[in-house]
Amino acid sequence: MSDAWMQAFGLVFEPYNMVVMLAASLFGLFVGAVPGLTATMATALLVPVTFFMAPIPAIAAIVTATAMAIFSGDIPGCLLRMPGTPASAAYTDEAYAMTRKGQAELALGAGLVFSAIGGLFGTAVLIVAAPTLAEFALRFSSFEYFWLVLLGLTCAVFMTSDRPVKGFVSLLLGLLIAGVGLGNPAGFPRFTFGSTELLGGIGMIPLMIGMFAISEIIRYAVDTNPEMRIADQPIGNVFKGMWRLAVRYPVQILRGSTLGTLVGALPGAGADIAAWMSYAISKKFSKEPEKFGTGHVEGIVESGAANNSAVAAAWIPALVFGIPGDSITAIVIGVLYMKNMNPGPSLFTNDPQKIYAVFLLFIIANLIMIPLGFLCIKAAKRILKVPRNVLMPVIMLFCVVGAFAINNTAFDVTVMLTAGVAAFVLERNGFPIAPAILGVVLGGMLEENFVTSMIKADGHWFAFFERPIAATLGALTLAVWFLPILLRRLRQLAPA
Amino acid sequence: MKVNDAIWGALLLALAAALLIHIQGFPTIPGQKYGPALMPGVVAVGLAVCGALLIIKGLAVLRAGEDPRWVRFDEWIASSRRVVALALTVGVNVFYILVVDWLGFILTGVIYLSVMFSAFGVRAKWIVPIGLVVTLVIHYAFYKLLRVPLPWGILQGVAW
Repeated sequence: MSDAWMQAFGLVFEPYNMVVMLAASLFGLFVGAVPGLTATMATALLVPVTFFMAPIPAIAAIVTATAMAIFSGDIPGCLLRMPGTPASAAYTDEAYAMTRKGQAELALGAGLVFSAIGGLFGTAVLIVAAPTLAEFALRFSSFEYFWLVLLGLTCAVFMTSDRPVKGFVSLLLGLLIAGVGLGNPAGFPRFTFGSTELLGGIGMIPLMIGMFAISEIIRYAVDTNPEMRIADQPIGNVFKGMWRLAVRYPVQILRGSTLGTLVGALPGAGADIAAWMSYAISKKFSKEPEKFGTGHVEGIVESGAANNSAVAAAWIPALVFGIPGDSITAIVIGVLYMKNMNPGPSLFTNDPQKIYAVFLLFIIANLIMIPLGFLCIKAAKRILKVPRNVLMPVIMLFCVVGAFAINNTAFDVTVMLTAGVAAFVLERNGFPIAPAILGVVLGGMLEENFVTSMIKADGHWFAFFERPIAATLGALTLAVWFLPILLRRLRQLAPA
Repeated sequence: MKVNDAIWGALLLALAAALLIHIQGFPTIPGQKYGPALMPGVVAVGLAVCGALLIIKGLAVLRAGEDPRWVRFDEWIASSRRVVALALTVGVNVFYILVVDWLGFILTGVIYLSVMFSAFGVRAKWIVPIGLVVTLVIHYAFYKLLRVPLPWGILQGVAW
């Protein structure tokens, strides 16, 4: 036990790893702070580079970059009224209103300090929950995994969209993409149309680079918003008054972190949804809800903690079951497979030092966020002046090379471009992207566990409910599907 | 560009039908009930149901007069600069895919970036210099440091 921890320390505090973390921090802070570049995009851009690293530095780069990006997304929200990442969108207006009241440093400070606290909270839950769940999951068979995957996909549909039909379409398209190639229980080439490149399936990484980076660049190309103007305000000591806030809003911090952790751990929904929900809850339970929207820090404290706790908590299902908690961990799962760290409970028993190393990485990332984030705030005005018309084409060429680098084939560049255009069009028409990603990542697992289960059960459907855990998971999944319909029916029947 | 849900529904129905026809050719596994056609089959049925629901919804929106148009373009369609920028954003990538093996990464990269810089309104005198420097940096990082075999194309003779 302690031996594994020692090894984990050794892996993490290696000089090479430290340098990687520092570089990834700066990268993450920059990407988060530039509007139009998201934390998921940061992850997608890192993959081609991490491809050439050892497992722990590769994961370290992603962990630090995403944590930093979710925080630094608050900066342009505060100074430009433009969220740096979608996770900051929930309280951008609030932060900007504070800036206009001359409280920019309070808003930025609250974003920074409570991001770190939320991140550490999510990490603590990750450290406690993941090994416990893993021990439990060791007893899972294909029946439990089938239900778990189905439950995850269901959550993704219902959590990421107010229009489940469109979420469902997105999910089905993802499952369809997952079905391409030889990778199915029968080993039959599906939808390859004679192409040898399609035999191996559609590459997950080029697909994600397309969906999360190329689509953003297309969005930039057609963006009709006028050029942004930076609020001209001196920024002083952002840490002033933070202790007072912590004393004043302990419940909000705890509630935000808890909600963020829960939302993050649920498949499909990540930091952005956590922040929206948390902001709404904060307003609802506030003693002074009328102040929300006028430059009131309470909601920023709560949802700033929520989005960062979600980032860490999303790793719980990703590490234990291989089910991504959000779109960032969907990419991470791809990286874990490439690094021979296949997610699942056996990772916890066979390579505990690597899991502990991931825990340590999260703790370090959230701690160094405070000094580095402080520097980033100081440099914010300069970062925000980076000409995006130069930056966007450079990122796009980087994406092209990155997509090519995974398999050294131009076919992957085609996949990337197609995915980017498709994601742009679908999103514009109200189809959420997250369920599609989950479909792509989990499609193979769903099919494999179903077919294995069916062979074991000799074709009897009832076997899916014979084992107690499977039965519970199955009942839960069916409840999520049918309860909303049932409730609506009941409401219609009941006299008004 | 926002397309009425009914059109999306029709497209999805067509996709579902094509899928169902296509999977008829998939083999069955002897002794097993569920072969490679199962999953695409379930997906096709799901798409068909969603397609039908979207058609109903889309027609309802049209009939209610909330938005009488089948296709609604976004503001950018009126700005020729943005339409060109969009076309070029997709176009340069197609260009890259088609010519990179022949022209080589460095020349393709410089053209790629220069086109995009001009589309996004970077000042003329900076376009080629920045394009060249960035291409060389990316080339160095991936070709030399990460050993990705970026093609040299017609520059093979001067490869370094």
